[in-house]
Amino acid sequence: MGSATSELPSHRTPLNDAAETGLKIVVVGGFGVGKTTLVRSVSEIRPLNTEEVMTQAGVGVDETSAVAGKTTTTVAFDFGRISLNERMVLYLFGAPGQERFWFLWDRLFSGTLGAVVLVDTRRMDDSWYAIDRLEHHRTPFVVAVNRFDDDTSRYSLDEIRQALALPGHVPMVDCDARVRQSGKDVLITLVNHLHEMAIAEEATL
Amino acid sequence: MMRKPVDTGDPDRLYTVTGGRSRADESFDLVTLIVSESGPVPGMQSEHARILELCRHPTAVVEIAAEIGLPITVVRILLGDLLDTGRITARHPRAARSVASLPDSALLQEVLHGLRNL
Ligand SMILES: Nc1nc2c(ncn2[C@@H]2O[C@H](COP(=O)(O)OP(=O)(O)OP(=O)(O)O)[C@@H](O)[C@H]2O)c(=O)[nH]1
Ligand SMILES: [Mg+2]
Repeated sequence: MGSATSELPSHRTPLNDAAETGLKIVVVGGFGVGKTTLVRSVSEIRPLNTEEVMTQAGVGVDETSAVAGKTTTTVAFDFGRISLNERMVLYLFGAPGQERFWFLWDRLFSGTLGAVVLVDTRRMDDSWYAIDRLEHHRTPFVVAVNRFDDDTSRYSLDEIRQALALPGHVPMVDCDARVRQSGKDVLITLVNHLHEMAIAEEATL
Repeated sequence: MMRKPVDTGDPDRLYTVTGGRSRADESFDLVTLIVSESGPVPGMQSEHARILELCRHPTAVVEIAAEIGLPITVVRILLGDLLDTGRITARHPRAARSVASLPDSALLQEVLHGLRNL
């Protein structure tokens, strides 16, 4: 199949043979907000692209009745990979925030550790929908503000928190998606948050 | 829960690849790691052979899909064939699959440690 990746099989970096546990983190956000850039800056492989398809008319409908007049939803997303240790490998997905994508959320991202909502302050409206959907799916998330050079507004994190009506417990962080250390910090902020939540939950058992 | 029928996009090519089947084995998570238990054999469908080549080392379902350029659903169908015939094994994620519940703190501690050491 004509993808550049399959023409270069020798360039694949295989996982450690002891790898046994795959983990997921999803980066969501509007068009051009820097999702692919963030994935690329922290990934050990060049980001790969793949897609999933489903028949919208087919949701909860049996196969025979879905044959006529069905509409197909195709969602493309990219991903990168981070080997955490010999056994654990983290996959980072860059997912478009638009509506049709959420049809596939459960099928693709159930069991995800958590999400990063990437925000561009010049187009804050794009983030509303993603935040609303994540809350609906009860996926823990952090908000990372990707500061573009030509963004002159320089809203503070507090101002952005207010604009997005984000509850106080949702961590916020500034980032430059092009910078590896900055991308790592975003992921660490998210996992720290998850860890604190897990500790609190375990304390109530 | 009812299984969702799937339209595999480009009908001709994908119909051939899956033999017209549309129901995928949903137990294959995007990050389930697949390992070949045997090499390809002559006469085998080329996509099956390709997967067995790729999975000499553990390879996530999503990486297989990207490498062979097929939608996730189609790859899940092909993997089901290979699992049924004992040609692959699957290492499923151990993180909680229910959406609302968190993985345990020990696992998250390991993830944090891994990220900090990058
Ligand atoms: N100045 C600046 N530019 C950035 C930053 N992050 C991304 N960019 C640029 O913004 C553009 C879009 O970035 P992408 O990573 O492709 O954004 P995306 O969210 O994956 O875009 P789509 O997948 O098309 O929705 C690219 O030209 C990046 O180089 C950043 O932090 N600062
Ligand atoms: Mg992108």
